[in-house]
Amino acid sequence: MGNALALGLAALLLMAAAPPGRVLLVTPGPHAAERAQEALIDAKPGDTVRFAAGTFAFQTGLSLDVPGVTVEGAGEGKTILDFSGQEGAGEGLLVTSSRVLVRNLTVRDTKGDGIKSKGSDRVTFQDLRVEWTGGPKPTNGAYGVYPVSSTNVLIERVTVRGASDAGIYVGQSRNIVVRDSLAEFNVAGIEIENSMHADVFGNTVRHNTGGILVFDLPNLPVMGGHSTRVFNNRVIDNDTPNFAPPGNIVASVPVGTGIMVMANRNVHVFGNEVAGNASAAFMVIAYAQPFESEGYNPLPRDVVVRGNRVGRNGFAPAFPGGREIAAAVGGTLPPGLWDGVDRYVTAGRELGEPVHVHFLDVPALTLGLGVAGAPPETASPAPKPAPPAPPPAEPAPVVLPADQPGLGR
Amino acid sequence: MRRLLALLAALLAAMLPAPALAAVAFAALQAEAPPATLSATGLFADLETKRLAPGVVPYTVAAPLFSDHAEKVRAIALPPGARARLRGDGLLELPVGTVLMKSFGYPASAAGPAVTMETRLLVRRADGWVALPYVWDADGREARLRRAGARVPVRFAAGGEVHALAWAVPNVNQCKTCHAVGASLQPLGVKARNLAATGDLARLARLGLLDGAERLAEVRAVPRPDDAAQPLALRARAWLDANCGHCHARSGSASNSGLYLDWEEADRVALGIGKRPVAAGRGSGGREVAIAPGHPDRSILLFRMESTEPGVMMPELGRTLPDPEGIALVRAWIASLGR
Repeated sequence: MGNALALGLAALLLMAAAPPGRVLLVTPGPHAAERAQEALIDAKPGDTVRFAAGTFAFQTGLSLDVPGVTVEGAGEGKTILDFSGQEGAGEGLLVTSSRVLVRNLTVRDTKGDGIKSKGSDRVTFQDLRVEWTGGPKPTNGAYGVYPVSSTNVLIERVTVRGASDAGIYVGQSRNIVVRDSLAEFNVAGIEIENSMHADVFGNTVRHNTGGILVFDLPNLPVMGGHSTRVFNNRVIDNDTPNFAPPGNIVASVPVGTGIMVMANRNVHVFGNEVAGNASAAFMVIAYAQPFESEGYNPLPRDVVVRGNRVGRNGFAPAFPGGREIAAAVGGTLPPGLWDGVDRYVTAGRELGEPVHVHFLDVPALTLGLGVAGAPPETASPAPKPAPPAPPPAEPAPVVLPADQPGLGR
Repeated sequence: MRRLLALLAALLAAMLPAPALAAVAFAALQAEAPPATLSATGLFADLETKRLAPGVVPYTVAAPLFSDHAEKVRAIALPPGARARLRGDGLLELPVGTVLMKSFGYPASAAGPAVTMETRLLVRRADGWVALPYVWDADGREARLRRAGARVPVRFAAGGEVHALAWAVPNVNQCKTCHAVGASLQPLGVKARNLAATGDLARLARLGLLDGAERLAEVRAVPRPDDAAQPLALRARAWLDANCGHCHARSGSASNSGLYLDWEEADRVALGIGKRPVAAGRGSGGREVAIAPGHPDRSILLFRMESTEPGVMMPELGRTLPDPEGIALVRAWIASLGR
């Protein structure tokens, strides 16, 4: 204990003694793109690469590989990184180092993803806007803000518009906070995929095809996503027709999906305002495609939905067979929808386990499909009974490290 | 006094082993601030004719990366007395000080005179490899370090067509995108299996530059993708390894895709067969799986190889044109998978 205290004090002293770092200023004008990339290469840990106000046009993607750097602009909408003339690279800004803060700028019209981090620890995206200015189009890039294979991820006060997959997408990551952000006119507003320990709260997610998705997919280096809390979000009017290019998993998300959990475990959905979503407020389903993937479980497990403010949803379900089912239950689907799948076939064997989906205080329907991939016309809708076991305990809040860049600003 | 100094210098010079070995500025290439010009690296005996300095040994690889039809000159310079070490089929173990060099250019044609756009160096330092891109002046007499990359307009003829494009010199971070193995940067081409079929592995051994040469016969060579005498599947895998496998490997930049196209990969789904995309976005082209056996035109892999659109085309870096031979080869291979 004494040692830990001494170490902590030493660390504090070191932090206090550390020089504030240089500011590498990038101004608009001739060769701005090259100067920007040079600054991102020349920066040392502790430095800030600051874009002045103005619009910067890029022919290729920017990238940062130096740890401990802040990349900032003069403000969202004031500093604009414009990639509409992009000829190369898969994203606008790529971060491959740790302890990085990106804030106060706009990234516009990238050919691929907007801002990506890969393999970063303690990465923060703050007060950003990422948008495709032509509206929702399948030719827009896939993801707006895209941390992947990262740990300690903070996304706050960002706005993403027009992503042809997910506006905010966190994949194969661990310890994640997504808060106080706006996602609109994307296929998926916010998506947490193959990730562990995520808190998604205080966000407004509207006019997407689907609002908030918590998924797990096969054949990836990180599988078995679990322990996500989705709370106190506004998930309203997700009414943009699905414009994802076919082949992508989100292309199968029906328009008007509020919050959707697929093949993930220990997901808790509470305190959200969910209204105006034509297909369903809450959809909990298995991964339905055939797969061969050692150790992958396509079933959702231990999902809890409680204490949400639920408005009018499920009035025009857009999934196959949805309209017939709605008609059978009086025209409008209840807020909770489970596919009723608790078995799946892989490598020629049928496996299964109890799937506990807890709709604690809203009416819910099971489609009774039984086996993953069963065609919708074999559905036998029925009121969903409560699981035999009590709901699992809520995961502990996600705590980011004290030195998470930008934390508390 | 001056005469005495000159005499002393001449004496010292005579005592040094061979001036040729001193030609490459190994020490300068190890410095924190690397040489600003290619002439200062000593890798060329004559920059204008691009003649390599003595001790800079050219080599070729069985399966090269397609780079918009550019011709490449590859060479290796080992510090005096140092040798590369053979360790299995993979990367040669190269000592601190080693310089790997690759120049990109187009020969003279009806479209324009011969041009060399850039020379990329990988320098092995004590703490790992560093990438140094040098961009040639328009007069071709000097190249300058441009760590932020550059765009160089070029005109050349290939496949009976004249092409004009803005050649993209990668910045040092983009170098790392392809050369990353986990957190480190590694060379790509100098793998024993890749030098075996071209005879250059044996040549390095004959030059006395290779330790472990007694195991040369055990190296399992990668075939040349254009060697029609070799099995189709191996040729396609060789092409995929060279053009995709640097990122699409379990420890590469695209590790998160779950699609692994490197030579060693053995898992069918990881190789793309029946594999659905994860983050492809519009790169899927509306197709469902990376490789649909027997159906090249239902395979995302081929769609992205054929595309020239940023955000769709693969690889993301290093080309703006499609590779007709590579496409024909992978198309034939995918078609054959259905039989």
